[in-house]
Parts: sequence; structure tokens; C-alpha cells
Amino acid sequence: MTQDTNGAEGPVTENAELAVGPVPEVESIKTLLEAFEDATFEVRSYASSDVTYHAISVPVGDWVAFAETAKAAGYDLFVDLAGIDHFSEAPRFEVVLNLVSMTESQRIIVSTRVPYDDPTVPTVTGVFVGANFYEREAYDLVGIDFPGHPDLTRILMPDDWEGHPLRKDYDIGAIPVEFKSGSVDL
Amino acid sequence: MTDGPEASDTNQALVPDDVAPDDVVSPDTISPESLSVSEERLKQHEIWVSGTEERMPFAKTTDEGAQEILPRDLDPALSIQRGTAVEDDFVHPIPVVDDERQIINIGPQHPSTHGVLRLQVELEGETVRRVKPIIGYLHTGMEKTAETLTYAQGSTNVTRMDYLSPFHNELAYSLAVEQILGIGVPERADAIRILMTELNRVASHLLSTATMGMDIGAVSMLIYGWREREICLDFFEKTTGLRMNHNYIRPGGVAADLPDGWRDDVVQLIETVNGGVDEYEELLNENPIFLDRTIGVGVLTPQEVKQYGITGPVARASGIDWDLRKSMPYSGIEKYDFEVPTGLHGDVNDRYHIRIAEIRESLKICQQVLETIPGGDYRNPDPKVTPPPRKRIDESMEALIHHFKLFTSGIEVPPGTAYQSVEGPRGEIGCYLVSKGGTKPWRMHWRAPSFAVVQSLPAMVSDSLIADLIAALSSTDPVLGDVDR
Repeated sequence: MTQDTNGAEGPVTENAELAVGPVPEVESIKTLLEAFEDATFEVRSYASSDVTYHAISVPVGDWVAFAETAKAAGYDLFVDLAGIDHFSEAPRFEVVLNLVSMTESQRIIVSTRVPYDDPTVPTVTGVFVGANFYEREAYDLVGIDFPGHPDLTRILMPDDWEGHPLRKDYDIGAIPVEFKSGSVDL
Repeated sequence: MTDGPEASDTNQALVPDDVAPDDVVSPDTISPESLSVSEERLKQHEIWVSGTEERMPFAKTTDEGAQEILPRDLDPALSIQRGTAVEDDFVHPIPVVDDERQIINIGPQHPSTHGVLRLQVELEGETVRRVKPIIGYLHTGMEKTAETLTYAQGSTNVTRMDYLSPFHNELAYSLAVEQILGIGVPERADAIRILMTELNRVASHLLSTATMGMDIGAVSMLIYGWREREICLDFFEKTTGLRMNHNYIRPGGVAADLPDGWRDDVVQLIETVNGGVDEYEELLNENPIFLDRTIGVGVLTPQEVKQYGITGPVARASGIDWDLRKSMPYSGIEKYDFEVPTGLHGDVNDRYHIRIAEIRESLKICQQVLETIPGGDYRNPDPKVTPPPRKRIDESMEALIHHFKLFTSGIEVPPGTAYQSVEGPRGEIGCYLVSKGGTKPWRMHWRAPSFAVVQSLPAMVSDSLIADLIAALSSTDPVLGDVDR
């Protein structure tokens, strides 16, 4: 990786806006999106299947409120939470939250973007207890801070580890090779 | 560590200060027969008993780091995770003073932790008051590795995550890649994928039932379960060349067609495994010891299941009728006729019954695949995804170029984001894939079912007996390769 580790440096491209399509057909998602004006959505479908899910993008300010509203609207199965490093895009980090409504068999993937200078996303452990380990993982591997989390410690890496391995500017290193001068770059 | 002002003394309860080393070899305790044993022998004996020459010199300097279980008032996360109290759980009637509590480490190297799971348990006599799961001992950075492998190499990586359900991992990954590529696979490939994943579910549930039997004390169950699982693995080996880590389901189809004589093998397999399952039920269903160890143990309420994101047999045992094969079908599984068994109580016994019922349902699906599998190609014919057959390379320049490009740089995938999930033996296996163009994924996140289950252990076993902890843990069937990735 030759780019500057500041993240904001280098070829910065604008975050591709999610297409603001027509009003969603699913009733619960329609009411959800009406409550949050800044939320945009996109419908994606599974591979060679007519099963669809909604990818919703919300500003970081609405993050917890959106999770609460979604839970009240029936999206009460907490499935997943993950951090993503987009590196050269303007708000560098993304956090995605995956919720399922069992009554309607619908899935929403809620995402929010945070910049490199301030990678903080308010915790959703108050809404879903199960977010605890997932937020610890996102903190450990991508380095996103979740203020309000009850126990934000490393979970997969050792406690004294430096850096966040799933960031794109994290050097993956090389293996020394015997009988050959030098090493094999990974 | 005990609760209270002296909490900093980690192993206080294990090594009381007032017990001098001499006590062990004091003349009073030595029987007349042992008087003849030399001093040296006695010293050796003491070392063997205490583990070290100097009676655990490290006892007071142990540092577990930030993940150590803390006193109650300092560990809010753990008290939140204890979950709602369930009536069936064992609650000690007599209040016990803090000094009688002690911290015990179970694992990371303990056979009943099913891998390298470490549990810090606060015990009060035999009652577990708190439990803290500590993971990461098997973390090998597979999500980071995926970013350095091409899409064609990716399935060799993901197949090693949940090593007991390799086909499901490969399927989730391949479907996610196909979702971004916007391609489908021929019907025969879908049928082969369903056949292999359902057989994999059978193999995984057989192993789970077998090890659960062993953990609970029915050791013969281990041998029986392994016996039938071996037949599944033999079929996998015949089809893919390997017993585990198959790299068989790939983006664009499967690696090879089913081998000659596969029908006979599957017919034989269905018959044998069904017979074996009958035997297990005869062995365990009415067994009073098994019932005592499983009924009302490790209960999870439906609310807890949803909060922790638990899916699969554990969720269905709690009465949640949720199966991705029915609600969000993949690879044409909606064409097959099968039932989704659900439980009532959410305890260990229900989980066992769900797994047994799921083995039968999966075999039913395999039977239907046998009857309905269509002919045709087993790979997508798109030359940008599937390498050409060897013979075409001799005839066609274009085939040679495609072959060369596919094996030097790999499959070109357009920018996009995809989430694809399949119903694995332990629950929802999900692949979140971000592509920015090129031949390697930008980011791959794995939604691991065991990760969610391990997190719920505090809610499941707080205030129950330590023997129930082992039963509850084995009933959730965690695979640590999946938890740590």
C-alpha cells in the first residue's frame, strides 16, 4: 500500500450515493423510511433468486434511533454488525447492521459512514444486547469507537496488540524465507 | 478472584496462604507403608501433586489482561449479558459469602469446550454464578486473508472457517460472488449444491449429537455418531477428493460433476444413516440419565434468542420457527418438500431432538434430489467465470487466453456490495462482500453463527450447575474456527 496512512490523503473519490429509488413496496420499510428523512435505500436481490433485501444508508446521528425504530417495527432479530474500511472514499469507515423481521421475512442492512478523524458510532448494545461482541470485533479489527459500549476491549486479537488489522493501511507483513536472501511479500 | 476488598488476589481461593508446603508431607499424614519411601520419592510426589517445585510461584502474579473477569460492580457488560432469569435454572437457595466464590478457568484446552474456547467461571460451590467466554485463540485473520486471495481462490479460504460445514461456507461465498457478478448457475449445479450441503448438515449434526452424548456421559453415542458420519465423509471424499476443506462449490457452479455410482452411494447412505438415527433414539430418548442431564438445562427464551442473534437449531429449539431455507430460500431449495421442526422449551433436550429431526428432514431432501436432479452442465458456461475444459485449450486460442487470464489474474468482479446467507447446521452463515472492481474482494465479512451462540453463554448458564454448563455448551455445538475465523 503506497498511499498515505492518513486516509484522507490520496485519490479521494466521493462516496457513491445509494440510488434513491421509488418508495419501497414493503410496508414496514416504507414507514421506517418516512420517519427518517435522510435515509436512502436500495433494493438488492439474492443470487439467481427473487428474494430481496433492503440496503439502507442513514447518517450517524440517526444510528441508534433508527435501530430502535426498526426493532419496534418488527426487525427484532439482530443478525450482524461489521465495520468496513473504504480507505480512499471520503467518509472512510462504514458500519453495517443487519436486522431481520421474522414476521415479514424481510432483511434490512443499515449502514452509516464515519470519517477517519472521528471514527465513532454510538453503540446499539442498548437496543440489542447481542451487539456487544460484534462491536468489540469492529473495534478490534477496524478500529471503530463505540461510545457507551459497556466493555469495549479487544476480542480476537491479544490485549497488547497494536493497530487494527482490517484497516487497509495495516501492513500485512512478509515471511522470511530460508536460503534465499530477502523475503516473500504477501 | 473473589468479590470484595481482597479481590486483587487472583488465586486466593486455590492456594490459601496458611497452608505451608510441609503440610503435604507432614509425618502425620504418611501411612506406615509409605515410611519406607525415600525423601526424594516424596519430593517427586509433591511436585507431581502441586504441579511445580515451588508450589505455584506464579500464583499471585497471574495477569489475564483486559479480558479478565472482574468483580461484579466493575463488570457491567457481564451482568447485562446474564439475561433474564428462567425458572428452570438452578438457583442456590442459601446466600453464600463472597469469600466462598472462586474463579475457575475452563479451557482453552479442554475437551468439552469443542476447540479453544476459554470460559472464566465464577463458582459458588458447584453453582456457576457468572461465566465469561473469552475467544480469539484460533483467530487466524481469515477475513484479512480473503482480501489477498482472488475470487477463484476465495473458497479454499472460507471452507476452513467452520470446518464442520465446509460446503455451507463455500455456498455462501459463491452465492455472494455470483450476486455481484449477476450470474446464475445451471439447475444441475443447484441440485448438486443442495445435495452436498444437506449431506453436510447430516454429517455435522451427527458429529454434534455424538459429542454431546460424550459430554453428557453417553460415551457409546460418540462411537455410533462417528460411525455414520464416516459414511458421509466417504461420499464427500469420493466426490471432491477430500474429507474436509473441499473447495468444491465455487463461484459459477461446482468443481466437478458427481462421480460414477453416486446414486447407489446416496441411497445406501440414506438407508444407513436413517437406521443409525433410529438406534440413537432408542439409546437416548428414554434414557433416565440422559433426560436428567438435559431437561430444563441451558434454557434460552425466544426474546434472548432474538437479542443475541441466535439462529439455527438452537433458536428453533426455543420455539422460533425460522429457517432461511423456507423464508429466504437459496439455490432452489424451495422446490423440495421438507419440514422445519421446532421445540417448546429451549433446553438441551429440545436441541437434541431438533437435530435428530433435522437429520431426517435433510435426508428427505437428498432423496428428492436423487429423484429430480436434472441433467446438463454443472457450471456456468460464461468463459469469464469458468475455465474452459482442457481439450478446448488445444483447439481454441480464445479458450487458451481465457484459461490463462483466469488462472493468472482471476475472475473480474464489478464494483458492488452483496450479502448472502445460507442456513448452516449451526444457523445463518452470511457473507458480506464488498467489491471495488478487480479480481480480489475489497472486504469480506463473515457472519458466523457460533459467534452469536458463544456470546449468549452467560445468559444460558448463569445460576446453574457446572455440569449443566458442559451440557449447555455442547448442545449449542460451537465451532471455534467459525467463532474466531
